[in-house]
Amino acid sequence: MNEYNFAYLDEQTKRMIRRAILKGLAVPGYQVPFASREMPMPYGWGTGGVQVSAATLTPDDVFKVIDQGADDTTNAVSIRKFFEKTAGVATTEETEKATIIQTRHRIPEAPLRADQILVYQVPIPEPLRFLEPRETETRKMHSLQEYGLMHVKLYEDISQHGAISTAYAYPVRVADRYVMDPSPIPKFDNPKLEMDAIQLFGAGREQRIYAVPPHTRVVSLDFEDYPFEASKADHACDLCGAEDSYLDEVITDDAGDRMFVCSDTDYCRSRREAGHQGRLAQEDAA
Amino acid sequence: MYVAVKGGEKAIENAHAWLAEERRGDPGVAELSLAQIREQLSLAVNRVMAEGSLYDPDLAALAIKQARGDLIEAIFLIRAYRTTLPRFGNSTPVDTGGMACDRRISATFKDAPGGQVLGPTFDYTHRLLDFKLAADGAVPEAPTAAPRHEPTPHITKFLKDEGLIQDEPASDKPPGDLTREPMEFPADRPLRLQALTRGDEGFVLGMAYSTQRGYARNHAFVGELRIGTVAVEMEIPELGFTIEIGEIALTECETVNQFKGSKTEPPQFTRGYGLVFGQSERKAIAMALVDRALRWEELGEDDLGAPAQDQEFVLSHADNIQATGFLEHIKLPHYVDFQSELELVRKLRREAKERLEPREAAE
Amino acid sequence: MTPQTRFLGGFTDAPVQAAHAFRAAMTVMARPGELRQLVGATPPDGLSVAAGTLLLTLCDPDTGVYLARGADNPAIRQWLTFHTGAPLVPAAQADFAVGFWQDLVPLDQYRIGTPVYPDRSATLIVECDVLQKSGATLRGPGIRDTARLSVPDAAALQANSDLYPLGCDFFFTCGDTVAALPRSIRIEPEG
Repeated sequence: MNEYNFAYLDEQTKRMIRRAILKGLAVPGYQVPFASREMPMPYGWGTGGVQVSAATLTPDDVFKVIDQGADDTTNAVSIRKFFEKTAGVATTEETEKATIIQTRHRIPEAPLRADQILVYQVPIPEPLRFLEPRETETRKMHSLQEYGLMHVKLYEDISQHGAISTAYAYPVRVADRYVMDPSPIPKFDNPKLEMDAIQLFGAGREQRIYAVPPHTRVVSLDFEDYPFEASKADHACDLCGAEDSYLDEVITDDAGDRMFVCSDTDYCRSRREAGHQGRLAQEDAA
Repeated sequence: MYVAVKGGEKAIENAHAWLAEERRGDPGVAELSLAQIREQLSLAVNRVMAEGSLYDPDLAALAIKQARGDLIEAIFLIRAYRTTLPRFGNSTPVDTGGMACDRRISATFKDAPGGQVLGPTFDYTHRLLDFKLAADGAVPEAPTAAPRHEPTPHITKFLKDEGLIQDEPASDKPPGDLTREPMEFPADRPLRLQALTRGDEGFVLGMAYSTQRGYARNHAFVGELRIGTVAVEMEIPELGFTIEIGEIALTECETVNQFKGSKTEPPQFTRGYGLVFGQSERKAIAMALVDRALRWEELGEDDLGAPAQDQEFVLSHADNIQATGFLEHIKLPHYVDFQSELELVRKLRREAKERLEPREAAE
Repeated sequence: MTPQTRFLGGFTDAPVQAAHAFRAAMTVMARPGELRQLVGATPPDGLSVAAGTLLLTLCDPDTGVYLARGADNPAIRQWLTFHTGAPLVPAAQADFAVGFWQDLVPLDQYRIGTPVYPDRSATLIVECDVLQKSGATLRGPGIRDTARLSVPDAAALQANSDLYPLGCDFFFTCGDTVAALPRSIRIEPEG
């Protein structure tokens, strides 16, 4: 078919990644080191997610890639093309039809099913990294469940701002054990981390893979008097009228007028096809 | 209608077409051949081979051409290609003592067996633009002499024979392979040297320079710098002997560094080591200095808190392919994260205002 | 259909067969108690299709394999070495161990990982005469409420789970069927 092995990676590399994925599933939230390979796209652009997807895909899969919730952002297009070319898999923009979804920064709005897999691209997998830059130290902290530093950081936010000032990549505790970085998803998405689908996380440059099995307890870190709050723009989608979806804010003119639209483009499209209309939908139709 | 970045696919295709055109430049100007790059930009080729970790001058030349002369981009192309290559086996360690030297100098002895051989160096050129090159690159033939056949032993051998320099006992332990195993800290010296030899020349140079300026100064002398070709040999188990599979050009630098001695060791010189593909002497010397700085712990020295002593810092940031990828990724859309910050900042400002207003009303 | 020589019985289309096999293995590891079909390899007598397929999918020169008594015969050794290049090692060094439960125990001879690297632990491929969704009750990540699985020794497996996040992980194989039990799962015996 082409000069590449199925899904680009050689079989030995896939085996190495597959072993890491299995260990990741066995110890949810723990970051398994893996010998990330140089991919034909730059580090930081989804090489971890790409390697996890490559090791997970079969020719029967239907593959979807989103970046910021959208299928047609340039890097999502580029990654989708890569697998069309090297794995010959079918691709889709419809969440419903996908069996594997690779994502950067979002969890789709539609609940994922048990037969789906969500693969996250992760830039910095270590939730403690910005509190302690040394890998030798953070490893120790995880092994001893020394997560006090993280709570101190969140508490300092509260004393300074009256609220936790982490809006994305909001740390979670997985299966009552490991504190995990859910990748830079908005905290709005955090409650969705408990889902029916398998979630795999790949950090290529940082050489880590981790996983959350279905129905695993995932708790966003908080305090009794300052409970975690999943927030979004206080609007409905101007195109489909959804009130429950995460919204992008788009500046529409020089006067600074705004419109709010679903970040999950497929969710918005399917709602509009089902007849839902938002504030600006009429204008569009005109 | 809000279309955001619709049509990404077409945009990418068009960008690639434009890029190809820009790469070629004015079609009225003759196209560069790979042979021209390989022969006339050989130091760029060497750098791409060294940091790409693949010894193949023709491929490096191709990468430089494709990358429009952006060497980090060329290194990236080579790395991505390299990782797809099957591995047939390992060579035996190359014998740099048996190097056919084009250049060999020692800063620590006025002369030594094998002699001081300047070779093709920029060192004593006056950095004056040579406008003759702009017109006509023809060069007169350089004078030649009969090749020397006397052995060229490593300079450090003489110090070692006298017990003046720390011995580095040979080991048959297979070194780790940072392209096959995730980096783990603390990293042993073979792994550190691997990371340094493929590390970014500018980064390694900066780190080395910082040691010279006092951030973990270790008083390095260039004991020896040699550049030349060595044979690459491989053991073929089926044959029961080693065969030569090719030759590579290398630059090797051994520094001789001060050492005060410790409770168990009398004062003795110590070493830093640099070994790089091709003629890459700035990189080899810098590597040796940084190698030496990273050895503080095994030599029982103090942690001075200098960046070049900190192996997590040095090794985690030396790779320009990792660095450039992560740096440039911030060009990618981040509007979802930014939106969440926007919401948060608005909320915090609203709440702050509400806290302040009742107070003002009461006043 | 037993392969006549060590050269037979491997994958005929490794990239695709291994991909399907891995998906089955991943699914059962992510959903303890679920059963999946696992086919592709035709190992010599003494190894089930599922166990043989798992070994071809996951093992290579980078993984030490321990063949426990019943699974240790020249035909299996040659087959595994030819198809995977995996070194055969004692239990204490194994990344993967394969055999019937009574040949694999005691569990304390296997690597359980270290506090900073709990992933450096053995995965045991346990051949079973029966494998069904009944018996011990399982609770933990991957399971909505509870699941049931016919595990060989609930008490020993719970002792392994007590080491969490250290411990071994298990595949159970029977014919062409596979199930899994990661260390994260709590096990209550039937009854």
